[in-house]
Amino acid sequence: MNATARYSIEAEHLRRVYRRGPEEIAAVDDVSLRVEKGSFTSIVGPSGSGKTTLVNVLGCLDNPSSGKLTLGDRVVFENCKGLSESKLTLIRRDVFGYIFQKFFLIPTLTVLENVILPFTFYKKPGAEEDVGRLLKALGLDKRIDHLPGQLSGGEMQRVAIARALVNKPDILLADEPTGNLDSARSEEIGRTLQELNARDGLTIVLVTHNLRLAALAERTIELHDGKIAAA
Amino acid sequence: MKKLSVFQVAYKSLLRKKTRSLLTILGIAMAAWVLVSLFGFNRGYEASLNKDIDNLGFQMLVVAKGCPYEAATLMLKGGTGLKYMNEDIAASVAAEPEVEGVTPMLMQVVFDPNKGQTGGLAAFLGVDPVSFPKMKSALPFKAGGWFKGPEAAEAVFGYEVAELEQREVGDLYLIPEKEVEVKVVGILERTGTQDDGTIFLPIKTVQKVFGVRELTSIGIKVKKDADMKTFEDKLYKLPDVQVVSLSQVKTTIMTLVSTARVMVLSIAVIAVLIAMMGVINTVLMSVMERRQEIGILKSMGAMASDVFKLVWLETIVLCVCGGLIGTGLAMVTARVTDVLVRRLLPYSPSGGLVAIDGGLVLMTLGVVTAIGLAAGVYPSWKAARMRPLDTIRSEMES
Repeated sequence: MNATARYSIEAEHLRRVYRRGPEEIAAVDDVSLRVEKGSFTSIVGPSGSGKTTLVNVLGCLDNPSSGKLTLGDRVVFENCKGLSESKLTLIRRDVFGYIFQKFFLIPTLTVLENVILPFTFYKKPGAEEDVGRLLKALGLDKRIDHLPGQLSGGEMQRVAIARALVNKPDILLADEPTGNLDSARSEEIGRTLQELNARDGLTIVLVTHNLRLAALAERTIELHDGKIAAA
Repeated sequence: MKKLSVFQVAYKSLLRKKTRSLLTILGIAMAAWVLVSLFGFNRGYEASLNKDIDNLGFQMLVVAKGCPYEAATLMLKGGTGLKYMNEDIAASVAAEPEVEGVTPMLMQVVFDPNKGQTGGLAAFLGVDPVSFPKMKSALPFKAGGWFKGPEAAEAVFGYEVAELEQREVGDLYLIPEKEVEVKVVGILERTGTQDDGTIFLPIKTVQKVFGVRELTSIGIKVKKDADMKTFEDKLYKLPDVQVVSLSQVKTTIMTLVSTARVMVLSIAVIAVLIAMMGVINTVLMSVMERRQEIGILKSMGAMASDVFKLVWLETIVLCVCGGLIGTGLAMVTARVTDVLVRRLLPYSPSGGLVAIDGGLVLMTLGVVTAIGLAAGVYPSWKAARMRPLDTIRSEMES
C-alpha cells in the first residue's frame, strides 16, 4: 500500500468516440477534470453515460480520441497522439491498480498466488514485504491457501483488490466493484476502499451505480451522455 | 514471500482444462511413439542385418554365373536351379594376396516326400569341416558339434530342420532319394538365417552321395586392409563366376526395406502434422477462452513479451509431456513392434528390429519440442497482441 501518492490525473477536453457504421458515438464528450493525489473520487451516472469509458481512458487502458491527458508531469495523450501499447503497459504497472465488476481471478491459483501474480511480471522494490499486511488488512490472511471457488463473492472481490494493490499503485481504479455483490458485501467493499484512502493515502477513482457507495467518496462526478453533469 | 514463475502459471493454466490438455498430450505422444519406433526400426534393422552378415563369416561369395538376385537368395535363403563351378577356382581364389581364407561349399536340394503334408525341399550344404567352422565361429550349437572327419557320414542340423524332423544328437537321418544314412552330431541354435533350415554335411560326403564333383559357392574372408573393390574386379576375371559381395546383398535388402520405410515415414510426418494442428487448436482455444485473464495480466503489468512467453511455455509443456509419454510407450512396446514388423517383412534379420537408445530419445524430444515451439508461435502472438481493454470489455459486455 502506498503512503505517498505521486500522481494526479488531469483531463482536458477529453473525447472518446466510437464508430458504429456511419454513426459516430461520443462515449466521453469534452470532459475536463482533475483527480488530486490521495483523493477519493466517485463517478456516477446512468447506464451508457460513459463512466466506464472515462475511467478506462483515465487509467491508460484506452487512448482518447482527442483532448489532453496528463499523469503527474507526464503527458500521456495530446494532439491526437498517444503512447504505444508497451509504454502504456509500463505506466499501468507503475501507477495503477484496477478492480472490475468481475473478479477475473485465476481458478487454479490459490488466494495468495492470485494476489502475488503481478510479481511474476513486475515487482516494485519492497512490495513483497507488505503482502502479509495487505492480506491481513483485507481479512484474507486465513484464506491464503483457498482456491477462488471456495470463497464468497465479497472475499473474491477482496482478493481482486489485494491483487490490484500488491504492487503499491498510486491510483486505484474501481469499475463497479460491487456490481456482483449483495448490499452487505457492497458496504464491506466500500468501507475497505474508504480505509485504504484514509489510512494509506491511496488515490481512488470509483465508478458505480450505487449512490450509497458513491457517497463514501469525498467528491462525486455525475456523467450524462458522456458529459459532466455535476461535479 | 515466494514468487510464481511464468512456468508455474503456464502449468496451472493447463490444469484448468485437464481433459483437453490430456488429449492434446496423447496426440503428441502418438506422434512421438511413431517417430521413435520408426527411427528405432531403421537403426535396429540395419544393425541386425549387419550382424547377420558378419555372422555369415565371409564378406564375399563367389558363385557360378547367373542372376545376382538368385545368388543373393542362395546365400540367404537357400535355393534351387543351382549352377556349378570348378573346384580349382577355390584354390585360385585362395592364392590371392587379399584373401585371409576361403571355404568351398556345395549345395544340393532334394524333394523329401515326408516333409510336411505334401512333401517339401530339403537343403543340404556340403561344407569343409576345417575352414567352415573357423569362418563361422559365431554359429551357436544347441547340442553336439561339428563333424569329426572330412568324409564322415555325419550331419549338423539347423534349428528349424531339427524341430521339423524331430531329430536329436545321435539320431540317424536318411537322405531322401539317395537312401544314405547319416548320423546327427550337432544341432544349431536358432539364428534367424537360412542356416536354420539347412542340413550341413562334410563337402566330400555331399560330393560322394550326390555324385557331384563341383562347387556351388565359395565363401571368402578378406583381409581387413584389403581394397574390396579392386579385389572384386580381380575375381570377375575368373571364368564363369560372379561375385556377390555382402555389401551388395545388404544394399539390395535395404533398398527393399527403404520403400516400406518411406511409406511409414510419410505416415509419421502426417501424424506429426496432425499433432501440431491439435496443439495449435488447443492453445488457440485456450487463449480465446482466457481473453479476460490475459487482459487482466496486461493491466497488472505483463508486457506483450511476457504473455507470449506464458502461452509459448504452455505449448512447450504440452509437447514435452507428450514426447516423454510417447518415447516411454515406444520403449515399453518395442518388443511388440518387433514381433508385428517381423510378420510384415519378407526378410527379417535375427537380432532385434527396433533399437531405441538415449540418442534417439533425445532426438525425438528435440523434435517434439521444436514442434511445440513452432506450433506455439501463432497462439502466443495472438495472445501477446491483445489489448487489455478489448479483452476486459468483451467480458463485461457478454
